[in-house]
Amino acid sequence: MITRRNFLKKTALGIAGATLPLAALKIIDAKKLLAEAAADKSSAVRWVFLVDTYKCVGCGMCVKACKLENEIPYDANVTRTWVERYVLTKQGGLLADSPKGARDGYTTTKIDLGRGEYKNVKNQDIEKAFFVPKLCNQCENPPCVQVCPVGATYQAPDGVVLVDRTWCIGCGYCIMGCPYGVRFFHPVYHTAEKCNFCYHRITKGMKTACVDACPFGARQIGNIKDPNDPVTKVIRDQRVGVLKSEFGTKPQVYYIGLDEEVR
Amino acid sequence: MHVHGELWTIKELFVLPNEYIYWSIQIVMYPFMTGLVAGAFVLSSLYHVFGIKELKDMARFALVFSFALLFAAPMPIVLHLQFPFRGINVFMTPHFTSAIAAFGIVFFTYGAIVASELWFLYRKHFVEVSLALREKGDKTLFEWIRYLIFCTLTLGVYDISEEALHRDEKAIKFLAGLGIPVACFLHGYAGFIFGSVKANALWMTPLMPVIFIMSAIVSGIALCMLTYIITMEIRRMLAARKRTQPGMRYESMEEIKGVEIHVIQMTAKYLLSFLIAAISLEILDLIFRGYTALKSWDVLRSVIYDRDFYDIFVMQYGIGNLVPLILFLLPKLTIRRALLGVMFVLFGVFMMRWNVVIGGQAFSLTFAGFMHYHLPIVPHDWETFKEGLFGALSIFAMPFVMFWVISKIFPIFETKTAH
Amino acid sequence: MKNHVLRPLFVVIGIVVLILLTRMVYVPKDFGVGPRGYMYGWHRENNEEDWKKFKVKYQGKEYCKDCHPDKYDSINKTPHRIIQCENCHGPAIDHPSDPPKLVIDKSRALCLRCHFPLPYPTSGRSRIKGIDPDKHNPDVECSTCHNPHNPMEGLR
Repeated sequence: MITRRNFLKKTALGIAGATLPLAALKIIDAKKLLAEAAADKSSAVRWVFLVDTYKCVGCGMCVKACKLENEIPYDANVTRTWVERYVLTKQGGLLADSPKGARDGYTTTKIDLGRGEYKNVKNQDIEKAFFVPKLCNQCENPPCVQVCPVGATYQAPDGVVLVDRTWCIGCGYCIMGCPYGVRFFHPVYHTAEKCNFCYHRITKGMKTACVDACPFGARQIGNIKDPNDPVTKVIRDQRVGVLKSEFGTKPQVYYIGLDEEVR
Repeated sequence: MHVHGELWTIKELFVLPNEYIYWSIQIVMYPFMTGLVAGAFVLSSLYHVFGIKELKDMARFALVFSFALLFAAPMPIVLHLQFPFRGINVFMTPHFTSAIAAFGIVFFTYGAIVASELWFLYRKHFVEVSLALREKGDKTLFEWIRYLIFCTLTLGVYDISEEALHRDEKAIKFLAGLGIPVACFLHGYAGFIFGSVKANALWMTPLMPVIFIMSAIVSGIALCMLTYIITMEIRRMLAARKRTQPGMRYESMEEIKGVEIHVIQMTAKYLLSFLIAAISLEILDLIFRGYTALKSWDVLRSVIYDRDFYDIFVMQYGIGNLVPLILFLLPKLTIRRALLGVMFVLFGVFMMRWNVVIGGQAFSLTFAGFMHYHLPIVPHDWETFKEGLFGALSIFAMPFVMFWVISKIFPIFETKTAH
Repeated sequence: MKNHVLRPLFVVIGIVVLILLTRMVYVPKDFGVGPRGYMYGWHRENNEEDWKKFKVKYQGKEYCKDCHPDKYDSINKTPHRIIQCENCHGPAIDHPSDPPKLVIDKSRALCLRCHFPLPYPTSGRSRIKGIDPDKHNPDVECSTCHNPHNPMEGLR
């Protein structure tokens, strides 16, 4: 037999207990989530990038332009985009480097081995050699976004992955989570940083700084949802490859002439 | 202009431009500290839940130490974050697809359980002290503060009848039981943080959370044994010189029985079983990697068997695992041997964290380059302090300081008034 | 008094309520789940606009045309037409108001980016003519003899 006092006490407790989870649920509103999933919220644009490694000459103009356009301190040893050099020798060896991310281009035959060491490869020993520009792949399944503990990095509806500088706590989990090594800590803002396809330019109808800067047309940006886009046509009709597809990230930077030795 | 990580990273061969050792000594300290927290709690629960009577003294000690460690455990993260004050964002907008977001919930839950269990354990002492101080007419300022603290700690409950104390014991048993999976989760999630990073060839394995939990329990037990031995010896020395403070219960050599060799031997058995489990899992992981020889194996083999051979096989497996294994397996365990053994075990657990965190960053994503970690020893600015040797040492010292502070409120060695 | 066992629970609930109340004040109102879902779209929505407002620095070749028609027309008749003006002169930003003058970089390093010969098979780099910088007039600026806007002028 429950007393009136106990009944009132239990009811009050029950109500207090019930309101608590309801207040917590404001974080994730299930109904809103489902409604959003059902509605066709997909954007008309999905940005995609095309790199032609036959055309790249390693001049590094893209890296310089990116640094100046996106305010990455010029002398800091980090960059949103970079170019790698691969030299495959006739003896079956691989040498690769990316001095300062190719900010100053490649003006020596000596391969940078780190710790102040260099290796000079004679021209007659080279089987093939080429340059590979790299940047953020704006993956369809970005592992960096998945591991952000606070929601500071996210994917915009048009596919570009952005970082909120006011919210990032600087834990570095996204940097460790990226299989492509495109992320770093901004030397001034101390938040996570990476290439964002010059979001401020492409949303105004301009091209990215690196695409504009490349004299040889090795870099192009397009909209995969537009069937008439020249980039879309190349990706559809020609043989193209992506980096590290085994990770399941679904990267959106496509490469023409992607060699098996590219890391 | 220095990029974070550039100062202590030396790159070799083909390393990507943005790659540096971003997760340094503080990220090694964090799983080490949370491991001690979880391990100490599990040890305490062995008495409360499974009723292993010989562990009664150790259990009380371990619980208080677990609480002291709890304050020190988030410190490595606070020091590591580029924006420590934004750390509360993890509580405000948690992104639960990230293992780190679990930190908020798990830590808070675990803290609540430990704090509650301690409250039930020492409730009688709080009531007695506050009632005694209430009786006292002229209180000094210090006594007033003490009165307020103890009054608050009673949470307004002054019933210390047998029935109430009996209910306390049931509550303790419940919390201790509930706390075991939570403590495992507290450290398991730390292992998950690493094990789920598919981008890192060394870290990614489903074994990682389990390995972390096993070695966490090992470290917690070892730390409790270590502190117990040291504290008991200090108190014995103080009693021998008749310098015990007034107010402390034990004043004679006869009352302080010194370190109970039996308690140490019992606890050592549990330490041993978890140690064997931890070693087995780690060896299993190593064998699997070599056997399956995935794309990453060439560079990993170079790191494990060549560059980091000393850190892994001599320091971690040798000094940290094999030597204590022998020390504890030899018959007739003495206090001295146990002390040596637990110190080596703690060292081994620390080296395991080091080899996972630093080892995972020792090779480049290209699998064609390496990074060498240069721990900053002498600090010359805030960065080299907080991410250097002295930052790590301050954090390691913190729980001992906290333990001393807390021991003023919770008398650790009272057998008469506590449960 | 059975209640005393639940006392710590009330304290915990109190702290949780405190956290939820703080949350209402601390978290920006537009923070939530975006169109990409909770896993990929958990963010502060206004941040997208913040990034769109970022300042554009590089203006492109057409921006230079009206005030510098001579250089523009000249370079467009040569193989150097593929190079953006800003590649060598730096970003225009709000030139001529800010900055009033752009850099005229005459260093050898700038030209060597393309004209240091690297005969790499399968790479477009092997098709660019180059010089050995240690042997070809090593102490002189390239532009002393070669006009970047008309590189073949006055040669051969």
